[in-house]
Amino acid sequence: MIYVNSFLFCGIVCLIGQIILDNTKLTPGHVTTIFVCLGAFLDSFAFYDKMIQLCGGGALVPITSFGHSLIHGALQQASDFGFIGLLSGMFSLTSAGIISAIIFSFFLSLIFQPKD
Amino acid sequence: MEKNKYKELVTKNTPKENRLYNGMLAFLIGGLVGVIGQLLIDFYSWQFHIPTTEASSYMIVTLIFVGCILTCFGFFDKWVNFAKAGLIVPITGFAHSMMSAALEYRKEGMVTGIGANMLKLAGSVIIFGVVSAYLFGMIRFIIFGG
Repeated sequence: MIYVNSFLFCGIVCLIGQIILDNTKLTPGHVTTIFVCLGAFLDSFAFYDKMIQLCGGGALVPITSFGHSLIHGALQQASDFGFIGLLSGMFSLTSAGIISAIIFSFFLSLIFQPKD
Repeated sequence: MEKNKYKELVTKNTPKENRLYNGMLAFLIGGLVGVIGQLLIDFYSWQFHIPTTEASSYMIVTLIFVGCILTCFGFFDKWVNFAKAGLIVPITGFAHSMMSAALEYRKEGMVTGIGANMLKLAGSVIIFGVVSAYLFGMIRFIIFGG
């Protein structure tokens, strides 16, 4: 069942992105930025947590989960350390994604030539 | 030729993008990427006996690695042209934008090329994510106390 939910949730998020791309003049960069902000917004009501429980990987794969884990890490630290936790805990959950993207693309760009 | 006629001709002859087809394709491919993510989570938690929260960060690292390596071999640009939002919205699009920026600017040297331009496209995602997460987190922290 969780696979069906994954398929539906991730598919619907991508469908919304495609509708925005087709009907407006926004670029893919705008769309991903909108989705990150939307993920952070949805998690401020703890709505996205329920979606992750329900859909598993389908809710973690779209870029909305990036905004979700940013705010989630910040709030986790903030409940322990107060306002400074909002700053120190921002990247605590999502650093694996960002750092791995930086490391992989740095070393792979040293090895590979661009294909045109 | 009059301007109006020219405009009519242009609108007549520009290829119309089939929005329904694009939408269905984005839905199917995006959904498949989501299912692959869930499969990877299940595989890692079964193989290494770790909880699903840990397995999900393994999954994200795997998808980013796959996105980077496919961009290096040149497949991913064609697939993005074909599936559009179906591959841009998942985390693979984030990896693709970083990797293609790094590859494009590697001619200009390590520091001024790769270092300065790697986050050119992905930087907006990080900046707006952090700013919006800070604002919403602040509001929720003040109102609900964390």
